[in-house]
Amino acid sequence: MMANRSMLELKGISKAFGAIVVASDIDLTLSRGEALGVIGPNGAGKSTLFNLITGMLRPDRGRIILEGEDITQMPPEARCRAGLGRSFQIPLPFTHLTVFENLSVAALFGAQVSEAEAVQLCGEILSLTGLETKANVLAGSLPLLDRKRLELARALATRPRILLLDEIAGGLTDAECHLLVETIREIRKGGVAIIWIEHVVHALLAVVDGLIALDFGKIATQGAPADVMRSKEVQAIYMGVPA
Amino acid sequence: MMLDRPQHLPLVADPAPANTVWRATSETRLSRVARIAGLAALAGLILLPAIAPRTLLQDLFFVFTILTLAQLWNVLAGWGGLVSVGQQAFVGLGAYVLFAAIGLGSLDPVSSIAIAAVATAIIAALIGPLLFRLEGPYFAIGSWVAAESLRLVCAQFKSLGGGTGMSLQSSVYSSLPGLKSVQNLFGVRPAIARDIVLYWIALAIVVVVMLAIYRFVKSRHGLALAASRDNDRAAGSVGVRTDRIRFALWVAVAGMTGAIGALAYLQKARISPDAAFSVTDWTAYVLFVVIIGGVRTIEGPVVGVMILWGLIFYLSQYGSLYLLVLGVIAILVMLFMPKGIWGAASHRWNVQLFPTQRRLFRNAYH
Repeated sequence: MMANRSMLELKGISKAFGAIVVASDIDLTLSRGEALGVIGPNGAGKSTLFNLITGMLRPDRGRIILEGEDITQMPPEARCRAGLGRSFQIPLPFTHLTVFENLSVAALFGAQVSEAEAVQLCGEILSLTGLETKANVLAGSLPLLDRKRLELARALATRPRILLLDEIAGGLTDAECHLLVETIREIRKGGVAIIWIEHVVHALLAVVDGLIALDFGKIATQGAPADVMRSKEVQAIYMGVPA
Repeated sequence: MMLDRPQHLPLVADPAPANTVWRATSETRLSRVARIAGLAALAGLILLPAIAPRTLLQDLFFVFTILTLAQLWNVLAGWGGLVSVGQQAFVGLGAYVLFAAIGLGSLDPVSSIAIAAVATAIIAALIGPLLFRLEGPYFAIGSWVAAESLRLVCAQFKSLGGGTGMSLQSSVYSSLPGLKSVQNLFGVRPAIARDIVLYWIALAIVVVVMLAIYRFVKSRHGLALAASRDNDRAAGSVGVRTDRIRFALWVAVAGMTGAIGALAYLQKARISPDAAFSVTDWTAYVLFVVIIGGVRTIEGPVVGVMILWGLIFYLSQYGSLYLLVLGVIAILVMLFMPKGIWGAASHRWNVQLFPTQRRLFRNAYH
C-alpha cells in the first residue's frame, strides 16, 4: 500500500440533472485531520457535493476514494459506518424519537458501539452540544436552533472520522457562534477531519486550514483561506466584479 | 447558550467506559407495577375456562385474534410506517394453507398453523420487493390490490372448494393437543373441550406476540425502525439499513398474521375466499382497534379491542346500524383524539404502563 496521507479524495466527480450541471469535474483532497471550508453562492452545488460524498446522489462520472478504498458505489449507510458523518442543512430529525434516541440510533448503527457504550457516548455529546437538558424531549418539538444542534450532535454520535457540516452557524448569536467554533476545534483535536459548508465566513475562517469556493458546480478556486478570500474569483462571485 | 465549556469528547479512541456518568432506562415504577398486574391478569385468563361459560370463551377467542392482528398492524404501520390495508391477504393465505395442510396433507392442526405461518412469510417475502417500490398511499393501495389478487388465486383451487369454500370435518379436532385431558379435567363434551384448547392457543399467541413486539420496539432495531419511518434519508446517513429492517418486519408480521388466519379458520371450521380475504373483517376492524385505542402504544390496541367487543356485544342485533356507529366513533376519535383514547389519556395524565421511550439520566453522584 502506498503511504498516502489523504483521507478522502474526489476524482473528476460530475453530476447533471438533465441540462442542469450540479457538479462539474470536481477534484478534491482532504488530508488526515484537515478542516476544509466550502463557500459559494446559493445553488453553487455545495449541498450537492455533500450528497455526492455521502452517497445520497450517485455521480455520473468520477470516483470517490475513502482511505484508499473506492466507495463510489457504496450506499449511504455503509459510508456512514466507514466513517463519514454528516449534518443536513435543513434539519432532518427523527421527530417521534427523543433527542437522546436520535443520538442513540447514530451511536448504535453508525458508530456500532454496544448499548452500554452508546449511553455514555450520547450523554457526552449531548452535554458538549448544549442539548443535555433536552435529552428526553421529542425531537419534533424542538425549535430550529436546537434542531441544528441536534444535527451536529447526531452526526458526532456516529463517531465520524470525517465530519461534513452543512451550514450549522446560521442564526446563532455571537456568543453561541464563538462556542460553536470552540466545539469544532475540540472535535478536531480527536483527529476528525472536517468539511464545513458555511455562509458565516468569520466562523469558518476561525477553524479551517483550507478553503474551496464553488460556483455553478465547479471549483472556482481553492487554497489557503486568506488567499481564496482575496482571490479575484471570489471577488467576482460575491461582488459581481469581473474576474 | 450553545454549550458549556467544551469537554473531552471520546470520539475516536474511547477507553472502556468504566465511568458510567449516564444511565438510560425505559422503566418506571408504574411499568413495574403494570408488569405484575399483567402477570396476574394472564394467570386469571389461563384459569378462566374453569368457570367461564362457553360463549365467553368464544368471544375472548375473537378478542385475542383481533388483538393480535391489531398489535401486528400497529408495529407494521405505527412503528414501521408501512401502512398496509392488505393484511387480510395474509389472514386468508394462512387460513387456506391450514385447510390445504389438513384437508390435502392430513396434518394435525397445530403443525398446520406453523406451516401456515412459514408459507405466508415466504409469500410475503416474494411480494414485498414489489410493494416496496411504492410509497405512502401507493403502498397502501398496492397492498390492497395484492390481497385481492391472492383472493382470486385461492378461489381457483377446486380441491379447496373454489369460490364457494369448504368445511373441516369435526374429526380433525381430535388431534388437538390436550383435548382428552381437558375433557376429563373439566368433565365437558368434546366440542366444549375444543373451544377451551383453541382459547388457550389464541391466548398463548396473543401473549407471545405482544411480548415480542414490546421487546422489539424497545430494542435497538425498534429504534432503527422508528428512525427509518421518521426520515429515511437521515436514518441512512447515520448507518441504518432501512430497507433491510423494513423487509424483515414485513415478513415477520405477515408470518404471524398467517398463523392467526390459520387459527381463526381452524375455529370457524369453514372457509371461503370472500370471508378469509375480507377487508372488513380482517383489516377494517383491526385499523379501528388500533386507531381508536392509540397508535404506537402497546396499551392502545388493548383498549381498542375492548371497545370493539363492547360495541359488537350491544349493537350486533341492530344489523347495519352497528357498522354505522363504528364508523362514526372512528371519525370522532380521529378528529378529536388523533392519538386515540389511550394516547390522549396517556398524554393528559402522563401515564404509560408499557413505556417504550428510552430516557437518559445523569447519575446523581456526578
